[in-house]
Amino acid sequence: MAVSSRTQRGSKGETKPLPIPEGLDDQTLLKWYRQMLLIRRFELEAARAYGLGKIGGFLHLYIGQEATGVGAIAAIREDDYVVSAYRDHGHALLKGIDPKVAMAELYGKVTGCCRGKGGSMHFFDYERRFLGGYAIVGGQIPIATGVGLKIKYTGGHEVVLCFFGEGAINQGAFHESMNLAELWKLPVVYICENNRYAMGTPLERASSLFDLSQKACAYNMARAVANGMDVFDVYSKVSDAVRRAREESLPTLIEARTYRFRGHSMSDPAHYRTKEELEEQMKNDPLVTFPALLKKMGILTDELDRQLQEEVKAEIQEAVDFAEQSPEPDLEELYRDVYVEG
Amino acid sequence: MAQISYREALNQAMTEEMERDERVFLMGEEVGFYQGAYKVSQGMLQRFGEKRVIDTPIAELGFVGVGVGAALAGLRPIVEVMTWNFAILAADQIVNHAAKIRYMFGGQAKVPIVIRGPGGAAHQLAATHSQSLEAWWAHVPGLKVVMPSTPYDAKGLLKSAIRDDNPVIFIEAELLYGMKGEVPEEEYLIPLGVADVKREGEDVTVIAHSKMVHVALRAAAELAEEGISVEVIDPRTIRPLDTETLFRSVRKTNRVVIVEEGWPFAGVGAEFAYRIQRECFDDLDAPVERVTGADVPMPYNKNLERAAIPDVERVKKAVKRVLYL
Repeated sequence: MAVSSRTQRGSKGETKPLPIPEGLDDQTLLKWYRQMLLIRRFELEAARAYGLGKIGGFLHLYIGQEATGVGAIAAIREDDYVVSAYRDHGHALLKGIDPKVAMAELYGKVTGCCRGKGGSMHFFDYERRFLGGYAIVGGQIPIATGVGLKIKYTGGHEVVLCFFGEGAINQGAFHESMNLAELWKLPVVYICENNRYAMGTPLERASSLFDLSQKACAYNMARAVANGMDVFDVYSKVSDAVRRAREESLPTLIEARTYRFRGHSMSDPAHYRTKEELEEQMKNDPLVTFPALLKKMGILTDELDRQLQEEVKAEIQEAVDFAEQSPEPDLEELYRDVYVEG
Repeated sequence: MAQISYREALNQAMTEEMERDERVFLMGEEVGFYQGAYKVSQGMLQRFGEKRVIDTPIAELGFVGVGVGAALAGLRPIVEVMTWNFAILAADQIVNHAAKIRYMFGGQAKVPIVIRGPGGAAHQLAATHSQSLEAWWAHVPGLKVVMPSTPYDAKGLLKSAIRDDNPVIFIEAELLYGMKGEVPEEEYLIPLGVADVKREGEDVTVIAHSKMVHVALRAAAELAEEGISVEVIDPRTIRPLDTETLFRSVRKTNRVVIVEEGWPFAGVGAEFAYRIQRECFDDLDAPVERVTGADVPMPYNKNLERAAIPDVERVKKAVKRVLYL
């Protein structure tokens, strides 16, 4: 995707060109903003419900990383596949899982996307080609690679986006998958969301290499680094990789440098980082910077912003109400779907 | 009826199923150009080409996981592990993923993968290459575990495993690859979860699977000369387990010996014995006996190795014990 020198509109006296990829209309940018709002609001409500004891298990929030998910999934088609890790809410919503069904899953209700059997870390929607959140660090990377093999085997032109954190990058599963994907020329885009901390361990204490995209060099694979807090940069880099995957059946490793504003999970107060560091990073909050930019560009007005926020708030409230009111699974559900019968 | 080897029977099963269904393919270490580490896939590369007979690097976690993903997305992979000892490296993909995907995702998906390769002891391969790990896989809900003992069973069970929509662990016996047996020309399937009576008898039931079936049959033949009539039951699939056939035999003979090559502690025989005592308590005339592999890592030394694996003598002694002879 070429980066145009499209100039800002509605700005006062500023002429600096913005690195906005070509072909994006205002409606698309507004849609992206709404998607970010939706993920943020979904997770804030999920955190609240967790605090009230309505949601069990672990709850790993994506707050702060929304621009990465939105930019990446904006770069693919509906028939493309997404495979994610345990921090999967954002990716699932972007792939079209209804917030009602997602929230119901967090509540463990039978109306959830996995009938209440997967929970936060295991969202899934076969029809929408969201092939799962996986909760073993790195475990989903070979699986996504296998989906890539299926596409190539059947002569399809879909692609797979495989998300994982930088904590997964030291796993053998990552390295074995990189090797196979390049060796067999599979249409997989590996997106390492480097949010700086693998649970409580900063990258510097877990990896001998800090420029994670360089890991691709060992496998002769194309690579890119994206600013994960900048939806345009992610969109642009992922679009390049998606084109390479779709047209040439070649994989790419993208390191998206992002940051999570919350702890690893709800139980983590994140004492391993300073308040100053967090405050500094929060200046890049995509939910602040992106609408500010859209306003500068004249695409978003304060009024429209309020309207969008109200809409999203109502949509998430509806999701919470749906989850609250949905029935628990029958106890017969316990033994259902262990095996395919017949 | 044609006499073919166990490995040829497996080869025929894969070949027939790949001809029948374009989605079936074979992947693993040395399955292609090398013609199979144990020659089970001999000639398949020439027949199906590199697209469907795929050589992999020695990286089990990666290629087993790729198989899981390909199955999830709609293909029907047969993934060969060079031995089941090496599949431990892929245990995450097998236990955490293949076995769980359907349940965890609320029944939306299926993972029709067959993971197959040799297991058990061969000749002096020592501790890391001589393990019978079927209890590990059978422990996991979501997996099926199949262990054929004859060429006929190997072919019919593998064809069923390939057509099954669930992940199937298919453990072959390294020492049986060369064994010959009758296999019909016409197509047949053996359903998973149906045990086979390998020898009819009246006095004692011996339950054995995989190559232990042959140890049990030899013991039965020798005991017959002493006037003891032994029935040999081969469950063929460890999970699902055909308990009805086991119970029927126990109700007839009232005495049971279970033979397995694996370790005794939490072995599959422990599960068989539990089920038999629960359902056939009043039919038993003696406690259930087990003959198992020694509770040690396999030694290299020939004599020590021999002492660690169930043999005909030990089975005969166990049969006499349950007869109070």
